[in-house]
Amino acid sequence: MSETAQQSPHHIDVKEFHPRARAAIHNPQIRQNFRKAMDGLMTKRKSAFEGWDLETLRDLGANIRLRALANLPDLLEQLEQKLTENGITVHWAADGDEACEIVRDICVARNASSVIKGKSMVSEEMELNHYLEEQGIEALESDLGEYIVQLAEETPSHIIMPAIHKNTEEISQLLHDKTGTDLSHDVEYLTANARLQLREKFMNADVGVSGVNFAVAETGTLCLVENEGNGRMTTTVPLCHIAVTGIEKVVPNLEDVTALLALLTRSATGQHITTYFNMISGPRKADELDGPEEVHLVLVDNGRSTIYQDDELLDTLRCIRCGACMNHCPVYTRVGGHAYGTTYPGPIGKILMPHMVGLDEGRHLPTASSLCGACGEVCPVKIPIPDLLVRLRQESVDGDKLHPAKVRGHGAKRSSMEAMIWKGWSWMHARPGMYRMGTSLGARFRKLQPGKFGGWTRYRTAPKLAARTLHERMKERSQ
Amino acid sequence: MVDPIKVYPAKPPKVYFYGTCLVDMFYPDAGMAGIQLLEREGVEVIYPEDQTCCGQPAYTSGYHDQARAVAKAQLGLFPEDWPIVVPSGSCGGMMRKHYPALFKDTADEVKAAEIAGRVWELTDFLVNVCHIRLDDLGEPTTVAMHTSCTARREMGVAEVGPKLLGQLKNVNLVEQVRAEECCGFGGTFAVRHPEISGAMVSEKVDTLVNTGAKEFVTTDCGCLMNIDGYAEKNHKPVTGQHILSFLWERTNGDGSKRS
Repeated sequence: MSETAQQSPHHIDVKEFHPRARAAIHNPQIRQNFRKAMDGLMTKRKSAFEGWDLETLRDLGANIRLRALANLPDLLEQLEQKLTENGITVHWAADGDEACEIVRDICVARNASSVIKGKSMVSEEMELNHYLEEQGIEALESDLGEYIVQLAEETPSHIIMPAIHKNTEEISQLLHDKTGTDLSHDVEYLTANARLQLREKFMNADVGVSGVNFAVAETGTLCLVENEGNGRMTTTVPLCHIAVTGIEKVVPNLEDVTALLALLTRSATGQHITTYFNMISGPRKADELDGPEEVHLVLVDNGRSTIYQDDELLDTLRCIRCGACMNHCPVYTRVGGHAYGTTYPGPIGKILMPHMVGLDEGRHLPTASSLCGACGEVCPVKIPIPDLLVRLRQESVDGDKLHPAKVRGHGAKRSSMEAMIWKGWSWMHARPGMYRMGTSLGARFRKLQPGKFGGWTRYRTAPKLAARTLHERMKERSQ
Repeated sequence: MVDPIKVYPAKPPKVYFYGTCLVDMFYPDAGMAGIQLLEREGVEVIYPEDQTCCGQPAYTSGYHDQARAVAKAQLGLFPEDWPIVVPSGSCGGMMRKHYPALFKDTADEVKAAEIAGRVWELTDFLVNVCHIRLDDLGEPTTVAMHTSCTARREMGVAEVGPKLLGQLKNVNLVEQVRAEECCGFGGTFAVRHPEISGAMVSEKVDTLVNTGAKEFVTTDCGCLMNIDGYAEKNHKPVTGQHILSFLWERTNGDGSKRS
């Protein structure tokens, strides 16, 4: 796998997108693993929505998210109040580091030395495992994909399927090396063994950490969508459960969840419903036999409230983390998740990560797209991803005097050479006479056209200027 | 995003023809074919001499000031109320979908929105406004079609090309796998990320070759330049043509048809 994936995201230079992408493109195993997986996911999504009025459902999803975002500050207050009434302790974290410290403090207060984790991309954003390890607290991933990635000392390459970059053979070898299982390609056998190892950890873990898919303000309910049952174990077996989530995950009421859930599972894995859907409404009550004694929710900002302040960029926060945009992205399919060097890869990563790492660090992310629009077409909440990519491209070169750039690190990609080229281009194309003269000269002297155009002609022949432009032919026709 | 419901105008006596810079410089035959198809349908074609480029290359590169200056120079080209037809989903999409945003909060806001509402992709216009009927005069042949991403997703005309080709009795249209996937052109993307773009176009060409068709047609010159250029450089047995050139050659009856 890519060498960089072995390090914590802290040490990955996001700017070095090109070499990572190149390496992935020339790695046939990576190419094959992603192509096969993405083809399968696209087919499954399509069949899962058969018989549904998908456009109407997507409109509903988009409107639910828009309404929630429009009332975000109020909803968050309502959520805090309801959760508190339900016995859940609410914490607020300005960034990943602060969120890590909150988790640590809870662990320390409980004298906890081991944490079992359900799948949570926000915890990846926080780099929680790394942090807890430094604090001498063991953190073990219990989602099978996350478990594999953790054993391999990598980061997730997909937000829903973290180990999608590996095929069965690679996983078998890894489990053999790290846990001593047989070198079998029998998925049942491998899964059963992982389950055995994890069960023991569940029984002994002091704290369970999970993510949240939807936080319902009206009822104070934390909804968790999963397939393996590890989410339920994480949130019910240890005596303390800490949920971490982004502040944008709140929705007004339970009714909103039905549409979003229908969209989420079908868009993500092509499932009509996942095996488990957990609704967490508080710690163990006096008359209950099981469940955690303590439940916490850490609400993480980490750049979200800054995104929230811009009417256009705000749409980024509609995301329900289904991953359909990456499943359908022709760039993601070619380079895989690690090439991006960011917590969230693919189209959503390209529009979200620049806010988290800064547009100077993330300057290549918005350009790594042909703007084909496949992401926007499948997004269950209709995020206009291509438009947001163009917006960030503008921000990264300070390209619009009418709408001054505001994202942190804006302007970092502006080069005086490129700016000059566009100015010259603009000067000529805004002057029809100059344009006609230039293009006519080009046609006349087309034999002198250079045969090489950098990256273009490495793969293709050079475009051929016609002997006469359409302008010339139409002029001749009118005479 | 595609309009939820498109409201087509009645067939007008005249249209403005916005040729696009790629057609102008590299594929003028495609432009002429489009003009001749419109004229054969009884529509008079006005070709504004002062047209240059829609501004998209600078727009998608983030240089919006420069894009706006070029786009502004196009806004005065269409004074009468006639539809504006464009032989490209990409440039059509720029004018129809992005001009309103580009000129928002400027003195040209209303004008840009008005023009955007009159822009039609040319094959869409031929089918849904002109209700064209094609009489195929060519020899039997097999073709594949690549609909550009902008034609498909911004202009919403993915069904139009196959409909037109379906009217040609001697043309067998075959579909490549992953037909809806991008060919990897993406304007400056192909130059900024050559390896990724190269990987995309190589797979696109493979899928086209695998259909068995020796030729393909497409709605957009960017895709054509990309796919055809890759096939040519790598000696792949498939060549491309703009769909308008193909349609005209097969139906014009002057013997210039290719197959």
